[in-house]
Amino acid sequence: MTGKNAKILLQVRDLAATVVGVEILKGINLTVRAGEVHAIMGPNGSGKSTFAKVLAGHPAYSVTGGAVQFEGQDLFALAAEARARAGIFLGFQYPVEIPGVSNSAFMRLAYNTVQGARGKEELDPLEFDDHVREKMKLLDMNPGFLDRSVNDGFSGGEKKRNEILQMALLEPRLAILDETDSGLDIDALRVVAGGVNHLRSPDNAVVLVTHYQRLLNYIVPDYVHVMDDGRIIKTGGKELALELETRGYDWVVDEYKKVGAAV
Amino acid sequence: MSTVLENLVNQPYKHGFVTDIESETAPKGLSEDTIRLISAKKNEPEWLLEFRLSAYRHWLTMPEPAWPNVHYPKIDFQNISYFSAPKPKKLKSMDEVDPELLKTFEKLGVPMNERAALAGVAVDVIFDSVSVATTYKQKLADVGIIFCSISEAVREHPELVKKYMGSVVPTGDNFYAALNSAVFTDGSFCFIPKGVKCPMELSTYFRINTQDSGQFERTLIVAEEGAKVSYLEGCTAPKFDTNQLHAAVVELIALDNADIKYSTVQNWYAGDEKGVGGIYNFVTKRGLCKGANSKISWTQVETGSAITWKYPSCVLLGDNSIGEFYSVALTNHYQQADTGTKMVHIGKNTRSTIISKGISAGRSNNSYRGLVRIGPKADGARNYSQCDSMLIGTRCGANTFPYIQVHNNTAKVEHEATTSKIGEDQLFYFQQRGIGTEEAVSMIINGFCKDVFQQLPMEFAVEATKLLGLKLEGSVG
Repeated sequence: MTGKNAKILLQVRDLAATVVGVEILKGINLTVRAGEVHAIMGPNGSGKSTFAKVLAGHPAYSVTGGAVQFEGQDLFALAAEARARAGIFLGFQYPVEIPGVSNSAFMRLAYNTVQGARGKEELDPLEFDDHVREKMKLLDMNPGFLDRSVNDGFSGGEKKRNEILQMALLEPRLAILDETDSGLDIDALRVVAGGVNHLRSPDNAVVLVTHYQRLLNYIVPDYVHVMDDGRIIKTGGKELALELETRGYDWVVDEYKKVGAAV
Repeated sequence: MSTVLENLVNQPYKHGFVTDIESETAPKGLSEDTIRLISAKKNEPEWLLEFRLSAYRHWLTMPEPAWPNVHYPKIDFQNISYFSAPKPKKLKSMDEVDPELLKTFEKLGVPMNERAALAGVAVDVIFDSVSVATTYKQKLADVGIIFCSISEAVREHPELVKKYMGSVVPTGDNFYAALNSAVFTDGSFCFIPKGVKCPMELSTYFRINTQDSGQFERTLIVAEEGAKVSYLEGCTAPKFDTNQLHAAVVELIALDNADIKYSTVQNWYAGDEKGVGGIYNFVTKRGLCKGANSKISWTQVETGSAITWKYPSCVLLGDNSIGEFYSVALTNHYQQADTGTKMVHIGKNTRSTIISKGISAGRSNNSYRGLVRIGPKADGARNYSQCDSMLIGTRCGANTFPYIQVHNNTAKVEHEATTSKIGEDQLFYFQQRGIGTEEAVSMIINGFCKDVFQQLPMEFAVEATKLLGLKLEGSVG
């Protein structure tokens, strides 16, 4: 389903980044083609979430080296909102609560802004309501979600479903899901995976940042990358995830260090 | 704090003042002679002169209040002209109006005919001989409502003014109320007779072309038994004024079963981003629920002035009377606001609700100060207070000073308070969904203020929503 001929969506070269002066990313290289699903795994503190946030343009992080191209354009030339409009979606590990702002108003503004930027039709409140309810059915979500304030008082699972709902609405070219599976029970996990699989198409790509192999039973990746200390130190197929599940990360790190020492 | 946010809230006020002023020359200073002169100039009856003089004599004995959480250089009260009436130079047509100002009106959706009045254009040039104001006045007169300037009311309805003026805010009530009582120049008078429901919202817009509101404005609203009125003060367009000190007094009186709703949107010049200039707004607003089952509701959206010192209050004297206070106070740059309310429960089964939303940005300081007093005879009185503060950036301040005095053990008083912050993460969440920072701030703020905006009359609510966005977006300041 993918191949070397598929269009390159994301090209990351030697990416380095810091937060409050501390270097977190130390030279990441990654190529994501249309139609692919990549899983990025690795121990806590390896830089996985930082990588996701840097791609989306979080202001707390400074890019100190390297380059990223998204569909051929310099990603870092775009403000965070412009990246979103261009088709990059970040599913947040900790979705933010916005009291007093209704979920439906928020999502409609996001939807129409993104649609407008892509030269597509915007929807009025009634049309949007129909549209969003249809998407919610796919995700097995209660319509009551729409009237609640954005993520305010949501349970962990509800927040994650809300992220997937937004992804389904915004139809990104590249979805980066930052530990969307963490804290989910098995039913919620299935729903989330269903949403991601629904998005999969030859034109789009998904990057899953995850701790656990569990999610990959439902979303089968084309590539599995292991991150450690701000670098991708090993890349393999879906079977690598299973191996990590049984053997842990230490052997990969050891292997990488040996190779490094030999060079 | 992200610099994006800092830049956003630190946009300069782009209009400045209408500085071209034709002013009547007038000696400065305050004395009994000045007051006699004001009174004589306005052909006032003896009792009103006495009202002024007793207020003045009281004022002389009073210290300037030092308790508000605001700071400003000492005001020289002898350096103010108390009876000069500086008038903005009348422009001949809308073509002469600052295009920036017109843009603001456009953005705020101010109706065409009001734009002229607000911009200081000689409105009679714009209006036809049958002006909106005249039509409006006729409609009110048909149902027996009196709505005119205080000066006119003193001439035409002296018995009503004499009966009610000073009955809610006595001449010696506080330093600024005493000053106002001594030297007030004009203001609005509104009388709704027994059983009359005012057929429209009364707005000061409609007096603007006939009377310039003064530095010491006086408003008196009386709703007789079963009467009902909704009164709108101010407007969302930036208000230009050369008087730095404003000390208004507003008195509301509701008799049995009467209902008064008083809504304010205030957007006076707040000074530049360094805090220079700007209006000092020291206002005394108080409503008396005199009759049983009466209701007074204050709604305010305060966005302007360098300093705001204002506590619209309700004295709940009648049994089962209701007092409400809904407030949004937004401060930016070096603005200071010390505002809140007083709910004084005297009658039985009186109820009050306080919803206050304070938003601080820049280096501003925003304080809520509120008193809930339950008197010994106020059996079954209830109060609910909710005071929420929102901070934008790291250099502003928010304070809450709730004073609760309960002298009746059947009373029920609830107070809730929260403080939140618009943070980088919240904004990033919006941005990541394609929504720009300005729109995000506006959406967050409006969500925060929703409970108050719901209380505003529809068109005012729409304007207020836009206004808060504009104040923070920096498109107009």
